[in-house]
Amino acid sequence: MVAIKQISIFMENKPGSLARVAKTLSGGGVNIRALTVAEAGDFGVIRMVVDDTAKGYQVLRDGGFTVSETDVLAVELKDVPGGLYEIAKTLGENNINMDYAYAFVTAKAERAMLIVRVDDLKGAVEVLQKAGIVIATRREVQNI
Amino acid sequence: MFRYWNPHIERMPVDDLRKLQEDRLRSLVRFVYAHSSFYRDRFKEAGVEPDDIKTLSDVTKLPFTQKIDLRNTYPTGMFCLPGDWVVRYHVSSGTTGKPTVVGYTQGDIDMWTDSLARALTSIGLGRGDVIQVGYGYGLFTGGLGLHYGAEKIGATVLPIGAGNTERQIELMQDLGSTAIACTPSYFLYINEVAQNMGVSIRDDTKLKVGVFGAEPWSDETRKRIEETTGIKAYDIYGTSEMSGPLFTECHLQNGIHIWADLFLIEAVDPDTGEQVEDGDRGELVVTSLDKWAFPLIRFRLGDLTIIDNEPCECGRTHPRIMRILGRTDDMIVVRGINVFPSQVESVLMRIPEVGDNYQIIVDRKGPLDVMSVEVEVTEQVFSDKIADLMILSKRVSKELKNVLNITAEVNLVEPGSIPRSMGKAKRVIDKRQV
Ligand SMILES: [Zn+2]
Repeated sequence: MVAIKQISIFMENKPGSLARVAKTLSGGGVNIRALTVAEAGDFGVIRMVVDDTAKGYQVLRDGGFTVSETDVLAVELKDVPGGLYEIAKTLGENNINMDYAYAFVTAKAERAMLIVRVDDLKGAVEVLQKAGIVIATRREVQNI
Repeated sequence: MFRYWNPHIERMPVDDLRKLQEDRLRSLVRFVYAHSSFYRDRFKEAGVEPDDIKTLSDVTKLPFTQKIDLRNTYPTGMFCLPGDWVVRYHVSSGTTGKPTVVGYTQGDIDMWTDSLARALTSIGLGRGDVIQVGYGYGLFTGGLGLHYGAEKIGATVLPIGAGNTERQIELMQDLGSTAIACTPSYFLYINEVAQNMGVSIRDDTKLKVGVFGAEPWSDETRKRIEETTGIKAYDIYGTSEMSGPLFTECHLQNGIHIWADLFLIEAVDPDTGEQVEDGDRGELVVTSLDKWAFPLIRFRLGDLTIIDNEPCECGRTHPRIMRILGRTDDMIVVRGINVFPSQVESVLMRIPEVGDNYQIIVDRKGPLDVMSVEVEVTEQVFSDKIADLMILSKRVSKELKNVLNITAEVNLVEPGSIPRSMGKAKRVIDKRQV
């Protein structure tokens, strides 16, 4: 399966929340590959992809955070105008909903990737691959 | 088979019981009048003499007493026997002002112990049970009260006191505790810590009964405790002025049995002081019938409840009080609407996605009171989708509006961020009183 695991963390919107998460992960030797914060008033959700999900999940739980794991796709963004549009269009035409998405650039700045959460993972993989869009595997994301 | 500690008294026909109360009330009135200048002055102010009290209904001629009297006569101005009769003091720290001191003769201690022996027997405890007393020992009445009551019925006491939570769980397993007595909020915390230790109260301990009190709690919390831990949770009641914890529900869990030979209870309108109609909610007022160092005459407890005089199906003929909603001093008034923390609790606890802990914050924004409720996000419910979390907080808010008719903002907070308590939980932060 090409789905990768995203870690989500519940966070109150107060100073230092994000720093505590980052510190906990670095203390456990876990590296963040991609991260986004979604806020809603007094609270927010930190979503991230890390190099070692199992370990990341464990150190965060042990650190007292509320954590969940979600299957997401890491889709390669073609470095051409309309790269994002192509992905959205392909999913939309096939009636697959994108719950949210966030982009990041790999450390060596070789590639841009889009993390996508969809309501139909299997269907999304199929239609994206058919459209010639590259989906990164777990191993690839770990090794970025 | 129902078990009784003292079947003769507990099942006494109602008329005989009333006769006994009447005799004891008449003796009490003479006793306090003869022994205490405090009561003599109060009786004179009210224009009443001991001889005016002939029947039980004459009790309304007697003046009320209340907590403030106890403070004003600090330390022992309301005692009716000299110090050499007193074998023990308990002291409760006043949240405001002076502490209050209560004292006991040996007979008073025996009365207290006997009351609890009846209560603990009525919930099926006895010889062979191991009762873990998780109430504080010392000046607080909870620990020592339960301690003597449990020993009296032949149970084994584990006098661990409050706190030291991991140890509570270890000893509960090692010594096979079958019952625990503590505050309901502390038990929820013990359960939380047990889970973190990988211990299931249901599967890994012998615990079958919880005796919970010293703070108001709701039936929904009872349900949650019973469903998550597999124990039976019983309500216990009694204030330090009355002796300490004295009464519990019986195994039928349908109101707390108040031993009528020991205490005479009334429910009065908190504003007018008139007795309310049978079955109506009122402020609980007690007169002690077998307590001598520090007797009580029509002492206003501030607790709101309903008295049920119908004999219980368990065979006990004594009146029952329905679950205490809260004390009049716990009540918060938000934009003119009265709210008890226990009512908020009952709404929260019936929403399974909400964690066991909560806190109510009342503040003033401009001319308006605003109330917000903080609840913890549990791992079971946490979603990576913001929308799901917002739906949850809206749902809680809507339930509060539906049930209590109050508008409250609901804030989701990180688990563990609401302070845990080993004793009475602090549920309300009122920022208006600064
Ligand atoms: Zn009963």
